[in-house]
Amino acid sequence: MDCYWKWADSQLGLNLIRLKPMSSLSRDDVAKLAGLARIEMSEEELVNLSQEFTVILDAVARVQEVAGADVEPTSHPLPLRNVFRADVVVPSLTPEEALSGAPAQEEQRFRVPQILGEE
Amino acid sequence: MAAKLVAGETTSVALTQAHLDRIAAVDTDVHAFLYVDTEGALAQATAVDAKRAKGEKLSPLAGVPLALKDVMAQKGVPTTCGSKILEGWRPPYDSTVVANLKKNDIVILGKTNMDEFAMGSSTENSAYGPTHNPWDLSRIPGGSGGGSSAALAAFEAPLAIGTDTGGSIRQPAAVTGTVGVKPTYGGVSRFGLVAFSSSLDQAGPCARTVLDTALLHEAIAGHDPKDATSINAPVPQVVAAAKSGDVKGMKIGVVKELNGDGYQPGVRARFEESLELLAKAGAEIVEVSAPNFEYALAAYYLIAPSECSSNLARFDAMRYGLRVGDIDGASAESVMNLTREVGFGKEVKRRIILGTYALSSGYYDAYYGSAQKVRTLITQDFIKAFEKADVLVSPTCPTTAFKIGEKANDPLAMYLNDIATIPVNMAGIGGMSLPSGLADEDGLPVGFQIMSPVMKDERMYSVGAALEAALLTQWGAPLLDKAPIMGGAR
Amino acid sequence: MTLSYDDVVAKYEPVLGLEVHVELNTNSKMFCGCSTVFGAEPNTQTCPVCLALPGALPVVNEKAIESTIKIGLALNCSIAPFSRFARKNYFYPDMPKNFQISQYDEPICVDGYVDVEIETDEGPKKFRVEVERVHMEEDTGKSLHVGGATGRIHGAEYSLLDYNRAGIPLVEIVTKIVPGTGKYAPEVAKAYVAELRDILRALGVSDVKMEQGSLRCDANVSLRLIGAEKLGTRSETKNVNSLRSVERAVRGEMIRHAELLNAGGRVVQETRHFQEDTGLTRSGRSKEQAEDYRYFPEPDLVPVAPDAAWIEELRATLPERPSIRRKRLQEVWAVPDKEMSAMINADVLDIVEATVLLGSDPTKARSWWLGEISRIANDKNIAIANLAITPQDVAEIVALVNAGELTDKLARQVVEGVIAGEGQPADVVAKRGIKVVNDDGALMAAIEKVCAEQTETAEKVRNGHLPAAGALIGAVMKETKGQADAARVRELLLGHLGQATS
Repeated sequence: MDCYWKWADSQLGLNLIRLKPMSSLSRDDVAKLAGLARIEMSEEELVNLSQEFTVILDAVARVQEVAGADVEPTSHPLPLRNVFRADVVVPSLTPEEALSGAPAQEEQRFRVPQILGEE
Repeated sequence: MAAKLVAGETTSVALTQAHLDRIAAVDTDVHAFLYVDTEGALAQATAVDAKRAKGEKLSPLAGVPLALKDVMAQKGVPTTCGSKILEGWRPPYDSTVVANLKKNDIVILGKTNMDEFAMGSSTENSAYGPTHNPWDLSRIPGGSGGGSSAALAAFEAPLAIGTDTGGSIRQPAAVTGTVGVKPTYGGVSRFGLVAFSSSLDQAGPCARTVLDTALLHEAIAGHDPKDATSINAPVPQVVAAAKSGDVKGMKIGVVKELNGDGYQPGVRARFEESLELLAKAGAEIVEVSAPNFEYALAAYYLIAPSECSSNLARFDAMRYGLRVGDIDGASAESVMNLTREVGFGKEVKRRIILGTYALSSGYYDAYYGSAQKVRTLITQDFIKAFEKADVLVSPTCPTTAFKIGEKANDPLAMYLNDIATIPVNMAGIGGMSLPSGLADEDGLPVGFQIMSPVMKDERMYSVGAALEAALLTQWGAPLLDKAPIMGGAR
Repeated sequence: MTLSYDDVVAKYEPVLGLEVHVELNTNSKMFCGCSTVFGAEPNTQTCPVCLALPGALPVVNEKAIESTIKIGLALNCSIAPFSRFARKNYFYPDMPKNFQISQYDEPICVDGYVDVEIETDEGPKKFRVEVERVHMEEDTGKSLHVGGATGRIHGAEYSLLDYNRAGIPLVEIVTKIVPGTGKYAPEVAKAYVAELRDILRALGVSDVKMEQGSLRCDANVSLRLIGAEKLGTRSETKNVNSLRSVERAVRGEMIRHAELLNAGGRVVQETRHFQEDTGLTRSGRSKEQAEDYRYFPEPDLVPVAPDAAWIEELRATLPERPSIRRKRLQEVWAVPDKEMSAMINADVLDIVEATVLLGSDPTKARSWWLGEISRIANDKNIAIANLAITPQDVAEIVALVNAGELTDKLARQVVEGVIAGEGQPADVVAKRGIKVVNDDGALMAAIEKVCAEQTETAEKVRNGHLPAAGALIGAVMKETKGQADAARVRELLLGHLGQATS
C-alpha cells in the first residue's frame, strides 16, 4: 500500500495527505456490496478488492475536508428546470424490435429463469 | 476532403473505399476498430453521391467518412461499449448523434475500440484487446476513446466521435497528436449514448484539425427533446470562430494548480512554448488559481462510480446482452450474478462496487454527498477564474503515452492521468485538446488544453485555431507528418 | 385459540399507515411516448426508454405532473416549490432499469389530509387522516409465472415478461401514522381508501379500479397496549384488491398481531400478502434486513419547480369535493341520513345521480338501484357496476312505469331481462311481449271467467269477506299472464262483486 503513495508523490509532487486508514472494507463488506450489485465474485476478487479499496477510499475520502455544511451539493451542472414532454402517444418499437436482443423469448414475451424473490 | 467532394474531384464512395482499404492495411496493428461496417458505409456513400449528382444541397461534411466510438447506439450495427456483456448486441434504434450524422450525410465507417463502458484512460480495459498508439505501437493511445483518436492518427478516418466523462476525448487526443473537444454539458444529446456517469458524460467531435473538429461539432450539436438535460439554445458558432482564429485582446488564464512537478518536462516545455505563441498572436497571459481543483480527482472517483453502479444495473441478462448460467434449475438471480461477473471486466466491477458503497445508507453523506459539494466548489472556482480570463489553459495530461501494461495494475496511478481534464466535466464547461508538439525526451505527442465557460464553446475554437496556425508555421508541416508511416502511403 | 375482535381491542390499540398507489390515466407513459392503453398484445407498447435499452433517457410527462399536483391540491397538500426525482436502486426482472425513478426526500406534495366519516356506536364520527406526502414514480412490467401449480411465483419454472405496463405513471399517496381509531381502525381504513377513490375519480386522473390494479392499497398495521406510548412493530399487507379487503385485512392483522403478542411472541416486521378466500395474510418477504435502495438524485432529469401561477391555474380546475357533492345531493333529493349511507356503502351514488340526470325521480331511481337491482347483484355475487343494466335503462323503465305502460311487477321482469342481456328495455318488452293490460273490457272478461270458476270464493267476497278476494285477484293475474295492473283488477273485481272499492 505504501508503495502506491510513494510513487504517486514522486510522479506528481502533490501533498497527498497520508491519512491513517480510517475507512477500509473487509472481505465480508465487499461480499455484501457484491451481493447488492448482483455480481458473483470469486474469493480472490473479494480479497483483492478489499485491499485495493483501503487505498482508494483513503484517496477519495479527501472530499470530506472541504465539504462543509454550508456548501450546497450539485446534482446537475446546468440550472435547468421543468423540462417536460407533452402527453402525446408516439409510435413504439415493434415487438420484434423490442425482443430483438432477448436471450430467450416465448409468446412474444421475454423469457427469464425462475425468480426467487417476492414481488 | 469535403472541398474535393464538393468540387467533384472525388466521390464519397472512392473516399470511403480508400479509408476502408487503409483500415484493412493498418488496423491489425493499431486495432482501432471493433467493427468495420463495409457494406453499410459503402451504401451510405453511394446514397450521398447520388444526392450530389441530383444537385441536392448538402451539408459541408456530406460524404466524408467517420469513425464512431462504440458507446453510441447505431441501429442494426453491433454496439459493444468495449464489453463482453454486450457482445453481438445490435440496437433497434439510432442515438441522436448518429441521427444527426446521417442527416448530414456523413458516412459511418465503423465502431471504434474503447475502455469498457468508457472507464479508463488507456483503452487497455477493453474486453476486446487494447488499441495501439500509431506513434508507437507498444504504447497506449489514451482512453477511454483510444480507438477514435488512434483511427485519426493512423489516417483510418478523417473524423471521429468520442465521449468524454473525465477526459476520455481530450487525453487520447493529447497522446495521439489529434484534436478532440468536449462540448459544454448538454450541448450534444446523450440520447443513445450508453451511460457511464450521466451528469458528466458528453459526446464530442474529434479530427486532425481544429476546423474539421468545428465542422463536426456543428453537425452533431443541438437541443434534443429526447434528452431532458440538453441545452435549449442555438448551437455555438464554432466554425466561424475556428475560421477566424482571432485572439487579439483575449485573456488566457493559466491554472496554477494544473501544472507543476508532477508533469513531465517535455509536456511542460511544449506548454510554455504554446503560451508564448499565443502571446505573440495578441493574447494576454494571466495566472489564475483554483484551490479546490486538488479535490476534483477524489470527487470524480466518487460521483462517476456511483452513477455508473446504477446505470449499469440494467445489464442483467434478462432483456438483451450476454446470458450465462441458464441451466436447469438456475434462478434469475443466479443467472444475473454469474453473467455480470463474467461479462464485466475488472475496472468496471471495481467501480460498480465503489459506487455501491459510496451510495449506501450511512455512507452517502461522507462520500457521494460530499463529492457533490466539492463539485459546487469547483464550479465556483471556475466562475471566479473566468472573471479574470476568457479561457483557461493547461497541459491536457501530465505525461505522454505510456507503455501498454505499464499502469494496468495500478488503478490510482491510472486515475491520475485525468487530473487536468476532470475539473472540466465536474463543472460542465467546455474543453479542447490540440497538439502542441512532441516531447523532447521521447518524441511523443503532447496536448494543450483550452477550457471555455458554459455555452461559450466558440472561444476554445478561436484560441485553438490561433495556436494551431502558429504551430503550423513553426513546424512547417502538420505534426502528424512526423508519425510513423504504416502500411504504405496514407 | 382465535381471539375475538372484541378481545383484541379491549387490550390493544391499533396504529395504521396506508400507502395507496394510483395509476394515472395519461395517454402516454411517465417518461416516454408509448401508449398506456390497457390490454394490448404483449410488448407492443415499448420503446428504448421503457425497455431500458442501453443509451435511453427519460423525459417527464407534463400531464402526469399536472395530475399529481391536482391530487395534492385535492388532498389539501402544500405543493413543493422545488422537487426532484430520485433513483430507487434494486434488482427485479419486471423493472427494466433495475432502478425505479421515484422521488425521495423532495416529493412534489406534502402535508395534506383527508376527512372521513364512519358509523360508530355513538353515531357518525369524523376522522382526519393526515397525508404525509404525494409523489410520482413509474409502474413495473407484468410477469407471468409458468410451470407452478397456481400460476404464482412459488414453484414456477420460469417467467415471461411483458413490459407494456412498465413506465406507466404511478402516484403514491402515503399517510402519516394514524393513531386513535381504536376498534374502528378497519372502518377508518376502508373509508379513507373509499374517499380517496372518490376524490381521484372526481378529478378524472385515474379510472381507480381496484380490481384492475389502477388503485392499489398497502395497509400497515401495528398494535400497542392501550395507553402505551411506544409504537409496536408493524407489518405491511399487500394484494388488497377491494374496499372490503381493506377492512378485512386490517381486522385480520390486528387479530394476528394480538394473538402473537398474547402468546409472548414478537411481531416480525415483514411484507404479507392478503388472501381473498381466507381473509388472512400470508408471510412474504421479510423486511428485517430492509434492502438498501441507495437513493440519489436522478441525473437524467432536471428538478420540477411549479410556479404559483401554474398551481393556481390547476387549482381552478378542481371539481366539487365529493363530500360537498354528497351533502348537496342529499339536500336536493331530500334523502334521510340512513338511506344516504346505504347508497354510499353500496357504492351506487354515482349511478343514482346519473339516472336522476336522465330524468328519473330521485326516490324511484334510488329504490330501483338499492332495491331490486342490488338484490340481483348480491345473488349473482357481482358488483352492481358490473351488471349489464345502465342508468339509461333504469331511467327508461321508470318512465315506462310512470306512463302506465308497465306495472312495478312487470318492470321487475324488464329489469331481469336487461340484466340477462336480452337488450334494452324496449327490446325486452317486445321480445317477452310484456304489456300492461289496461283494457277494462279484457279485465272484466278475465274477472268474470274467474268468478264463474271459483263460485264459492266469489260468494264469500259478495258476502263481505274481503280477504278472500286475494285468491281471485291472483287467479285473474294468472289469467292475464301477470300483465294486469293488480290494483285495477282489485277495483273492478270488488265492484263486480258488489263491494266498495275503497
